[in-house]
Amino acid sequence: MSPQRTYSQTQPSLWKARLTLATRSLRQSWTLFLATRIGVIGLAIIAFYALLAAAHPILMMFVWEERVYDPVVGYAFEETRQPAPPSLKHPLGTDPLGRDVLSQLMFSARSEFMLGLLAALVTVSIGTIVGAVSAYFGGVVDAVLMRLADIMIMLPVISVLVVLSALIGVEHFELAIIIGIVSGFGATGVVLKSQALSVVVKPYVEAAKTAGGGHVHVIFVHVVPNLLPLSFLYMMFTVTGAIFSEAVLSFLGLLDVRMSWGLMIHVTESAGYLLQVTEYWWLIFPASLSITLLCSSFYLVGRSLDEVVNPRLRQL
Amino acid sequence: MAHYLVKRSAQILLTLFVFLSLVFFIVNAQPGDVSSFYALNPDIPPETRERMQDLFGVNDPLWKQYLVHVRNTFTGNFGVSFSHYPRTVADIIRERLPRTLALFLTASVISFYLGFALGKIIAWRRGGWTEYTSTIGGVTLYTVFTPWFGLMMIWLFAFRAGWFPIGKFLDPVLWRDAPTDANAIFNRMILSAIVVSIAVFALFAVTAKRRMAHSRLIRIGGLALSALAVAAAWFATGTGYLAWDILKHMILPVATLTLISFAGTMLLTRNSMLETMREDYVMAARAKGLPEKDVRDRHVARNALLPIVTSFVFSLAFAVDGGVIIEQIFSWPGMGQTLVSAALTEDLPLAVGAFVFVGVFVLIAHLAADILYVYLDPRIRY
Repeated sequence: MSPQRTYSQTQPSLWKARLTLATRSLRQSWTLFLATRIGVIGLAIIAFYALLAAAHPILMMFVWEERVYDPVVGYAFEETRQPAPPSLKHPLGTDPLGRDVLSQLMFSARSEFMLGLLAALVTVSIGTIVGAVSAYFGGVVDAVLMRLADIMIMLPVISVLVVLSALIGVEHFELAIIIGIVSGFGATGVVLKSQALSVVVKPYVEAAKTAGGGHVHVIFVHVVPNLLPLSFLYMMFTVTGAIFSEAVLSFLGLLDVRMSWGLMIHVTESAGYLLQVTEYWWLIFPASLSITLLCSSFYLVGRSLDEVVNPRLRQL
Repeated sequence: MAHYLVKRSAQILLTLFVFLSLVFFIVNAQPGDVSSFYALNPDIPPETRERMQDLFGVNDPLWKQYLVHVRNTFTGNFGVSFSHYPRTVADIIRERLPRTLALFLTASVISFYLGFALGKIIAWRRGGWTEYTSTIGGVTLYTVFTPWFGLMMIWLFAFRAGWFPIGKFLDPVLWRDAPTDANAIFNRMILSAIVVSIAVFALFAVTAKRRMAHSRLIRIGGLALSALAVAAAWFATGTGYLAWDILKHMILPVATLTLISFAGTMLLTRNSMLETMREDYVMAARAKGLPEKDVRDRHVARNALLPIVTSFVFSLAFAVDGGVIIEQIFSWPGMGQTLVSAALTEDLPLAVGAFVFVGVFVLIAHLAADILYVYLDPRIRY
């Protein structure tokens, strides 16, 4: 029997073993995650907003008339004065420009999710690769990447975004990419590098190198998978940061977005309803509470994942 | 140690150059130049535009412009603001920076104390309802949409209750026939705050070194006494009512900032405490039969303090940055508001000046944090 055949015969069972191990550790982590409770609350809030976001296109297609309920150009013709208080037709009332608030809220939920996910994906892909590469190679590569990280960490992000949005038109996509680059090359990259440092000295990495594995093979097959739990954790924190910055910038009127939760408050502010909190509550509370809730839910999930991933934080 | 600091300073200097180049690149990547703002203005003839281009040096080769940019940054010459013409950018920053610093230093110190004290307690009562409620409350305050939270504070305490003024730096009616201008008064206020804090700090150091009895009483008494003395001095000069007016405008933003940022310190303290509680010396302290409070305050909290102090210094660095939001909501005329209004009115010199200044400030704060960390943690020796 040639060694080549043995290899191909053991291959499926190896994958099966890996799968079993993965599901087992996943189940263990899930139990730990459930035990933290705060993570479950966060997950419930995320699920709620995901439902809202998913329901919007369906409602627009089958229930809501487009010229009335469109979040940007719709107008509530049947109301005599705008902003109209909540009614059966408009459960959260209309804004000063006669647009349905609930429709705006649901429409924005989808773009917040897309923004958060894109920013998190960019951050984590950059951060994981930066961390793995700089821990694996060390030396000059490490020095260059870490000095770059220093610069990124020291960047005053909100000020950078304010200046950038004044100079170039920043939309959701650009915002997600900028946040992803700053955080991926910066703080997330550094944290993942410190984790990768403990991975690259493990015997299996040495074994893989001795067996003739190339740099790319070792980094992507042996180092990166061991960084994924921590990367996943930092994805959650990035989502919080991304949603928050978007809300702040569009609240200040600096983003070129069509509709978002921050913009809803910006419209309220520029129409002068900002301090009439009890009289026009539907102009202020739905959007602000949504931003707060969605930000905290991702943060809560991140924190409980922290307790799952980091054994030092577990209950004694 | 000296070697490390020299290396670190060199790195910071390099970072500064990269930062300045970044600013230069962003500004120069724009189509057109400064004079194109006036391209459609019928009052400005083409000759004036050409002269403007000459004055701003936009027709010079790029490397020359870059050198001028770097030289101007180091000499603090950021040009003249468009929207505050004819005031220079440096003059505006000199006026606005102390206001931002005063606001954020006060809030950071208070929230640091509050967060540390509360974090200590919730780490000790692990698993109880105290932990859940304070964690949820803390996270909510930490991730709350800051503009909305500031708005609610204004609405509740200024608009409804009427206890505090709604935003702004001072009450113009009160200042109409004031003997001096606001900046002089404000600088004197900062001076008095520095005097009081030095006095209190000295008292702290003395009582801690001598291990005096009733040390807490002496500290609180000293704080009250020096504060009273400064207040008396203010009212003796007859400008006390003006200082009080500025102070009244400061209370609400400081309270809001404190509430937002203490949660971060609290959660960090909790995590740091949880990690320290596993150390052997904590078990040793317990085995010796020390009271729980002593174990918590002297053995765990002391050692858990390190990451929190670093985060405190870093948060000072980012205070100027994060000030954008709070200053905008409370119309507090600091660096953040200057930056946003410059960005919204396309006042390029002011925006670049404020931005560069924020960046330089952050870099200096990072250097300070590094030095402090070496000084605080005897285990770290470079």
